[in-house]
Amino acid sequence: MKRTHPALSAWAWLVYAFLYLPIVVVIVFSFNDSRFGATWAGFTTKWYGNLFARADVREAVAHTLEIALLSTVLSTLLGTLVGLGLWRYTIRFRTGLTFLLVMPIVMPDVVMGVSLLMFYAFVRGLLERAGWTFDNGFWTVLLAHVTFQISYVALTVRSRLAGYGRDLEEAARDLGATGLKSFLHVVLPLATPGVLAGALLAFTLSLDDFVVTYFTSGSGFRTLPVLIYTNVKRGITPDINALSALLVLVTVVAIITANALLRPRRSVP
Amino acid sequence: MLSVRRFLNTIGPGTLWLVAFLVLPALVMLAYSFLTRVDLARVGPPWTLESWQRVAGYDALFQEWVGDNVRVLWRSVWVAGLSTLLCVLMGYPLAFYIARQDARRKNLLLLLLIIPFWTNFLIRVYAWILILRPFDLVPSLAATFLGMVYAFVPFFVLPVYSSVEKIDWRLLEAAEDLGASPVRAFLAGVFPQTLPGLVAGIILTFIPALGTFVVSDILGGAKTALVGNVIQNQFGQAGDWPYGSALSFLLMGVVLLGLWAYARTAGQKGLEELI
Repeated sequence: MKRTHPALSAWAWLVYAFLYLPIVVVIVFSFNDSRFGATWAGFTTKWYGNLFARADVREAVAHTLEIALLSTVLSTLLGTLVGLGLWRYTIRFRTGLTFLLVMPIVMPDVVMGVSLLMFYAFVRGLLERAGWTFDNGFWTVLLAHVTFQISYVALTVRSRLAGYGRDLEEAARDLGATGLKSFLHVVLPLATPGVLAGALLAFTLSLDDFVVTYFTSGSGFRTLPVLIYTNVKRGITPDINALSALLVLVTVVAIITANALLRPRRSVP
Repeated sequence: MLSVRRFLNTIGPGTLWLVAFLVLPALVMLAYSFLTRVDLARVGPPWTLESWQRVAGYDALFQEWVGDNVRVLWRSVWVAGLSTLLCVLMGYPLAFYIARQDARRKNLLLLLLIIPFWTNFLIRVYAWILILRPFDLVPSLAATFLGMVYAFVPFFVLPVYSSVEKIDWRLLEAAEDLGASPVRAFLAGVFPQTLPGLVAGIILTFIPALGTFVVSDILGGAKTALVGNVIQNQFGQAGDWPYGSALSFLLMGVVLLGLWAYARTAGQKGLEELI
């Protein structure tokens, strides 16, 4: 172990304490038998009971998972192809394309949300002239999520492949493999860890997204983050503490699992 | 070789998707910023510069400069700037601490950093209400700062950490051997090597802080509205889409300009390092 100054260690532990304080507080308060959480009024699990009894929570969980799964499949497909193309071909407008890919990553999500909101309204206006219409809901949210996921998948796949040259694929062809064969047996196995990491990233981004969903979902369709927001805005409900504690638990389990699965490489996906 | 067919098979669909759902909406937004608010959440002709005049601080009704909006923009910039600075102060040393542990501990510490990072953003912000309310600090600007630093510090630490891990420590030893004081040795031998991560970290903290409305909405209250809150309001209660479009186009413009400047200096690799 290399030397670290005691002051540096102390600082690090302080930062970690800061990072975990709210998480611990939320978990403790989810067992607090008081509607207004400032004081401890005894241990209870009734908020969890309340939570499980709420139909709107169950519905929001279902919506969140549906959107996350489907958008991840779509964006992984599209993003992997882009990542492979970026790796494999010399492209004339490479910097321009990278710029386009980085845009959804750095663009403030409120801008993305409101521009899609207006875009959907614009398209609806056009369709209405032809006698068609649609409501914001499942589909508009799905399309929006895929839009911010593609880049993450593409760049993850590309950076995973960056170390390998195209010569591997050419070697396979020289040894008699057809284009499809060399792709399936050489390129795909190399890309798979990147594809998985990208998909995992896309999935969690979708689960976590509030802002874009908020603007593109309309009034009838709520995901979990939107539900949490509307509940928090209405005032503190202890059910939300229970929900938060459960989500923290899910996150911890998911990260530890992902870390174990992706062990050989860096643990940061 | 890149034939058109190969291009369409790989990069084509994804690029097309981004053009359809990212570039086109931005253009629609630009167009709407020059239209007039007809009704709640409705826009129409005539074409006008009114929304942009309001962005520049003019009052639409009295045709005079009042500067309200400029104050909001300025507040957004300094709140984001100060939050970023606090993230740097907090996270830069932490990145060093993590990078200098042995492999097992390093992995554990990174894991402990990622858990809050991947916990739902709203919950992380909401939890501060529970903590700060007994002290009567919600809503307040101080609470907004705390929430922002808390929400964004992991964004900062991770890129800095990946820079610190690549540091060639022999440069530090060389500087020390040549008689440099510890501070000078650090500034000359170590600090420059962390610059790529530091810049990426600052961008990844400053931009979300500049555009956020959730943190200030939940913890800050109406008196400390940031540009994100004003935009949200135009697409909610106020229903003024042209004004909201102008504001968010401005926000996007600032971010893209910054990104362009960064791409000029950091190049292709730097752009890709942002994820």
